[in-house]
Amino acid sequence: MFSPLPAGQERWFDFRMQWKRRRLRARAIAKARELHLLKAGRRGRADILLFCTIRNEIERVDWFLQHYRRLGVQHFIFIDNDSTDGTRARLMAEPDTTVYGTKASYRASRFGMDWINFLMLRHAHGAWCVVADADELLVYPHWETRPLPALTDWLDQQHQPVLPAMMLELYPKGPLDAAPCQPGTDPTKVLNWFDAGNYTITHKPLLDCLLIQGGPRARHFFASSPNRAPTLTKLPLIKWSFHNTWVNSTHSILPRALNRVFATDGGEQISGALLHTKFLATVVEKARIEKARGEHFGNAQVFDAYYDHVARAPDLWCETSTRFEGWQQLEALGLISRGGWV
Amino acid sequence: MSAQTARLGVVILCHTALRRAAQLARFWLQADCPVVLHVDRSVSEADLQALKSDLGAHPLLRFSPRHRCDWGSWRLVLASQEASALLLKDFPSVGHVLLSSGSCLPLRPAAALLAHLDAHPETDFIESVSITHADWITGGLSEERFTLYFPFNWRRQRWLFDRCVDLQRKLELRRRIPAPLRPHMGSQWWCLTRATLDAILTDPNRTRYERYFRQNWIPDESYFQTLARLHAREIESRSLTLVKFDRHGRPNLFYDDHLQLLRRSDCFLARKIWPEAERLYSFFLSDQAKGLDPVTPEPAKIDRYFELAEKQRVEGRAGLYMQSRFPHADSATTKSAAPYSVFTGFEHVFQNFDYWLGQVTGARVHGHLFAPDAVHFHGGARVWHGAISNSAAIRDYNPRMFLTNLLWATRPERQCFLHGPGDVMDGTLSWFMATDTNAQISVIRGAWLLGLQDAPGSDAEKIARAGLLHRQEQDWVENLNSRHTLARVRIWSLAEFMQDPSARLSEIVREIAGEAALAAHGVPPLRAADGFEPFLARLRNQGLPAQVLKECQF
Repeated sequence: MFSPLPAGQERWFDFRMQWKRRRLRARAIAKARELHLLKAGRRGRADILLFCTIRNEIERVDWFLQHYRRLGVQHFIFIDNDSTDGTRARLMAEPDTTVYGTKASYRASRFGMDWINFLMLRHAHGAWCVVADADELLVYPHWETRPLPALTDWLDQQHQPVLPAMMLELYPKGPLDAAPCQPGTDPTKVLNWFDAGNYTITHKPLLDCLLIQGGPRARHFFASSPNRAPTLTKLPLIKWSFHNTWVNSTHSILPRALNRVFATDGGEQISGALLHTKFLATVVEKARIEKARGEHFGNAQVFDAYYDHVARAPDLWCETSTRFEGWQQLEALGLISRGGWV
Repeated sequence: MSAQTARLGVVILCHTALRRAAQLARFWLQADCPVVLHVDRSVSEADLQALKSDLGAHPLLRFSPRHRCDWGSWRLVLASQEASALLLKDFPSVGHVLLSSGSCLPLRPAAALLAHLDAHPETDFIESVSITHADWITGGLSEERFTLYFPFNWRRQRWLFDRCVDLQRKLELRRRIPAPLRPHMGSQWWCLTRATLDAILTDPNRTRYERYFRQNWIPDESYFQTLARLHAREIESRSLTLVKFDRHGRPNLFYDDHLQLLRRSDCFLARKIWPEAERLYSFFLSDQAKGLDPVTPEPAKIDRYFELAEKQRVEGRAGLYMQSRFPHADSATTKSAAPYSVFTGFEHVFQNFDYWLGQVTGARVHGHLFAPDAVHFHGGARVWHGAISNSAAIRDYNPRMFLTNLLWATRPERQCFLHGPGDVMDGTLSWFMATDTNAQISVIRGAWLLGLQDAPGSDAEKIARAGLLHRQEQDWVENLNSRHTLARVRIWSLAEFMQDPSARLSEIVREIAGEAALAAHGVPPLRAADGFEPFLARLRNQGLPAQVLKECQF
């Protein structure tokens, strides 16, 4: 449960985080030289932008573009981190993309966040932006009938600059490599199971954000060390300002006030979900490669055991897994909320 | 031409989404209703020309003089006045004038509205509520709108606005309301008869009233509403336009997915419509006329839909902890999703207690959910609803959320579980349960000694363990005995409980299941307590302090 900080400590944390914010922004500017513009697209003033760091995701790109275009994203800004499978050429062939390339280390740029911070500083001031990985599909209440401009109009009216959307990890029934997904088809047709209610939430006072953990990865790979399970908090839709910086992937942002996307008075604010399609059949193959690269988030050593486990293509499904049906189901389960957006 | 002119004239105030305004104008023109468009002054000349060329010249179409109409400003009234005056002057056949905006959408064919007005030729449709009863106002002043001065803009100069109101309250400044007027307020979207509107526009005191209303706050919600009371013969105090306000007093937008809901409205128009709601516009402006069966109006259904959503926003769903709802520790909301029962020591006193409890109550009875080795779900399941794992490490990472998750995922089924001093006794969890109104907690103090008797191990080990269990139990009972406790708590010592075990047990179970179930199943048999007295004597003689044992002799 939430317990507020004493006012003095609140101010002290604010002060500390102000400096952290400036430091991270300076760092992002310093890292800018790692990026090379490969293709500049044209974008309108009021466009909704999408920022994405990508590497070897050729099987996901088609559906990713299709999904977000349907939502109303008008311009995509990609950072291609040295793809070798044709992802880069594919992205450059699209009409509504801007593509940057880099060969620098993903890990050394704080897992792409320095690059994203810089590009958002450069392109995104005042615009509504989606920040998502290639394996993350954003859904929110009414998303099928109300595209992003409807949502951002409403959020503007509510003076809420951020939409939280926790990662919801989808997995197949059976071994991970059993059911391949054809490029350009909906991955949620193959990955159609999820964990409905085993998430733990901790309030982090320093950033004033929530730390959500749990789901199939915690249940299966981190059952003996749940504190190491991946963070599921995400803030993928934001009205950007040049003051902002991402701290820790898109889990948390500075200034601190932007992390307060949750109601503490018992009410519900609006929230969505990022459908995480990591566990497509190719994840098994990729686990071996990723382990060798050692560029994973957090302590890479800790993840070795995890990669070994994934490489054995386990079955994440259990008897109480829930079959994915849509946002109405997620809302009924209490994973997302319409929060007054009737 | 005028022979064909319908009896209804429409004023449309628009400032954005001119494309939609043009569509609306065409809708009314097709039904031979004269239309006067007021285009806000903030619209660029180019956009206005585009709108004009889009609509073309039409004998029933007029454009009224443009004003810049900020929200709640007097100019809104001015624009309405001028537009309706123009309408009355140019189209003498008009009997009713409808004031609508560019984001209003007609919900029924124009003919339906015309028929309705023909049936009530003398009636003014204007929501007009006396301010002494206007308790529907959300987020604003009521009577003070009429008695204070408002020199500052509420949207742009909020701080000055608030200070100005504070100051006037302090100085007890009050404006006098002009003589015959009785202040009324209501929705600014009305439909007035020619007679009433004429009377309002040609009132000899018009300038005096206007000077007064100019100083009011949000005059568009009070000017016509007050004056209609003065001049109208017959008022139906209900707007023809459906508007749903949120808790800040802003109108909710309607989207494509509201189509079926809107069809059930008993109003003739709705606002505000999201300008890109293509399906709504195409359905209500054209398709509907193509002969779909009308639906029976169920306005209560619309109200309920919005009330439920508003309730979810404000109160939330009890017992839910999620990314956008994380209640304050002392928030007034219920902490958990459903009632549950916690039993301490009962499994040592009765045989097959958990099985019996399940039979009697029909509730879900788990073993020790907080056992140190693993979570003992009902039937030894590995995962429970919501994919909650039986891993002790995951549970102990956040025991409180383990419990709230379980209760949320299984609601409304009642969960019962055993919880004793041998379990992981997390302080925050104990406190959470003690202060949760959904919890029913029953404790037999010292019953763990019965369990200890049967446990393997030497007496020395048992004495060491007894010390630990005793301490844990004390912590648990201390939490439950706090004056902040909200749970339904019953605590007996083993000796007290054994005086009449079946009556005590019945008392608890009656709260869960009622009398009939209890009568059908009876009370479970007691466990044999042979050798308990000598066991206690042995422990005491080997050094166990007497206060640990004193509550257990029976």
